[in-house]
Amino acid sequence: MTNETEPGHLLRNMLLFGRLLRSLGVNITPTQILDLVEGLDHLKIRKREDFKNGARTILISKHEHISLFDRAFDLFWQARDQGALLDLDMRVLVPPQQTEKKKILEIAPASDEEKDLPDRESDEPLIDTVYTYSAREILKQKDFADLSPEEMHEIKLLIQSMNWQLEQRRTRRKTADSRGVYLDMRRTFRGNLHFGGEPLKLAWKSRKLKRRPLVVISDISGSMERYSRVLLKFIYAISNGLDHVESFVFSTRLTRVTRQLRGRDIDSALDEAIAAIHDWAGGTRIGEALKTFNYQWGRRVLGQGAIVIVISDGWDRGDPQLLSHELNRLQLSCQRLIWLNPLLGAENYEPLTRGIQAALPFIDDFLPIHNLSSLEQLGSLLERLGEHKPTRHQHAEIQ
Amino acid sequence: MTSRQNIESIDQVHQKLAQHDYIADRSLTTSIFLALKLRKPLFLEGEAGVGKTEIAKVLSAMLGRALIRLQCYEGLDVNTAVYEWNYTRQMLEIRMMEAAGGINREMATKQIFSPEFLLKRPLLQAIERIDGIEPVLLVDELDRADEEFEAFLLEILSDFQVTVPEIGTLKAEQAPVVIITSNRTREIHDALKRRCLYHWIDYPSFEKEYNIVLAKIPQVPEKLAKEVVTFVQELRKADLYKLPGVAETLDWISALVALNREDLSEEIVNDTLGVLLKYQDDIQQMQGELVQKIIGRLNTESE
Repeated sequence: MTNETEPGHLLRNMLLFGRLLRSLGVNITPTQILDLVEGLDHLKIRKREDFKNGARTILISKHEHISLFDRAFDLFWQARDQGALLDLDMRVLVPPQQTEKKKILEIAPASDEEKDLPDRESDEPLIDTVYTYSAREILKQKDFADLSPEEMHEIKLLIQSMNWQLEQRRTRRKTADSRGVYLDMRRTFRGNLHFGGEPLKLAWKSRKLKRRPLVVISDISGSMERYSRVLLKFIYAISNGLDHVESFVFSTRLTRVTRQLRGRDIDSALDEAIAAIHDWAGGTRIGEALKTFNYQWGRRVLGQGAIVIVISDGWDRGDPQLLSHELNRLQLSCQRLIWLNPLLGAENYEPLTRGIQAALPFIDDFLPIHNLSSLEQLGSLLERLGEHKPTRHQHAEIQ
Repeated sequence: MTSRQNIESIDQVHQKLAQHDYIADRSLTTSIFLALKLRKPLFLEGEAGVGKTEIAKVLSAMLGRALIRLQCYEGLDVNTAVYEWNYTRQMLEIRMMEAAGGINREMATKQIFSPEFLLKRPLLQAIERIDGIEPVLLVDELDRADEEFEAFLLEILSDFQVTVPEIGTLKAEQAPVVIITSNRTREIHDALKRRCLYHWIDYPSFEKEYNIVLAKIPQVPEKLAKEVVTFVQELRKADLYKLPGVAETLDWISALVALNREDLSEEIVNDTLGVLLKYQDDIQQMQGELVQKIIGRLNTESE
């Protein structure tokens, strides 16, 4: 590689490589490209391996991007060696989305039926004109599974208009507060300088309040199919209404949909989330899914006194012992574990399935989620969770 | 002593690290080399116990520079990270001025808010040269701090200057060597990471871990070292809640050396597994059959 190392040529290649990486969703700033050019100067590029390591440390800032970078780099150099740089299409590196189109349509017919209805924003007053107060009350009580498409649209709007509040926790950071209980030496001293440093007026501070993070783990397996659509909308609404929300869905395996659900437009956000999920409406393995969550995500998203919401009907084909074990672990690492079950809304429902039986001892709150009024109930619970963890009893492992 | 300017190549860095008993693979060495050359902070992420903090210590020894360590925690604020006025001394000073007879208020204010009364915390220390040499600044476990501190750190890292209202702006003549570590218990904001060079430290390969063991605990019997490293490497393939890091391997070997062991046996492993695994579930899962299996394999290999 003699003539490629000359500055102009190299810079052009680096810019091209940066652009290709960006097309793969790796965010790269111009400063990073400049650093790379300077860094390569120091490396004197003797070995391709050094070049690769150097480029990686400068351009990548996320663990998840490392293997993507490595493959992109190899592909880029291969193309360069063959003189085929300009025809290079990096998109071959992103796996094609293997979603079943039909299933998506069933679950989220976002477009067709809803396209006929006017836009969300301009739509707001429609609720009042079309639905009278009592009609809305009836709608609130109606089970999500029995909604007609029009009612579904209405519910979607109502869910979006809900205001979510989450109990705050006292952090260890302190701010000035005249009713605080900690003495603020800095301000006290400053404020009393003109008394000759005699502390006559005291300044106080208190611990800053911050909203707790929320983690939602929702079941989208076959038995939950009738609810999945509305639930995704609920998760979308709550993700955008609160600041620290992590969302996951599972049927046989766990998928993180946090990023997909954080968009301004509900329909495209839902489309993206759905595209990311590979096992819609499959069987349920709650224990397995929670284990994946505990092992891979728990330590990363359960900090700062997180609240965890698990949404599932408890129809579990997996091992109930695993489920109670993992749920126990999950409960121990969060502030509050809330289980929402759509079946709980039915009058004659009794939690007898193996899954629910295994889960019940490790749940702090067991609530229904089958209609709008149950969502409101949840909303008011989240607002008054209290500062302390609920009392939990020790349980022997269920054999 | 080696100054940053004297470092010429990756191989040289590699050699210097080895002299200080730090075994690094080529990609980590490249990151360190570029961090020194480009004067950029190095952001190290990885599981606990893979040697992230150690790098800062070794760099400080290798470059002959002071190490300034800032351990992060929730609520870490400017008063503990950058500077604080020494109120007690300031009050005393005022009393003494009064005792000496009458004080000129303006003069007094100026006097008690002088650098003499300033308590320098790690970040301010890092900006000031110590004996004319920029120190190595270690910001340890940044994921434990809150976002407010992160935003503040971003500001410091961008131009290495701090403003103390009463004194003015203090600026580093040259950027210190900065190492930031995170155990990834939460995501650090992109803006901060992009200002740094990034390196993910993985669990080491057999060869690397074996070399680390020999470098750190030279008195270890060769057979024991080989068996322990094989065992730990096998353990990392198991389905455990918390995998052991290199730090745990070294602890375990130290324990076994203290017990005068020459090799591993099922019994000794079961007795000392708590040095390696820190969760009861994990210990329970390993004890018995799995330990037996790995030990069995070790024995057939050595025969």
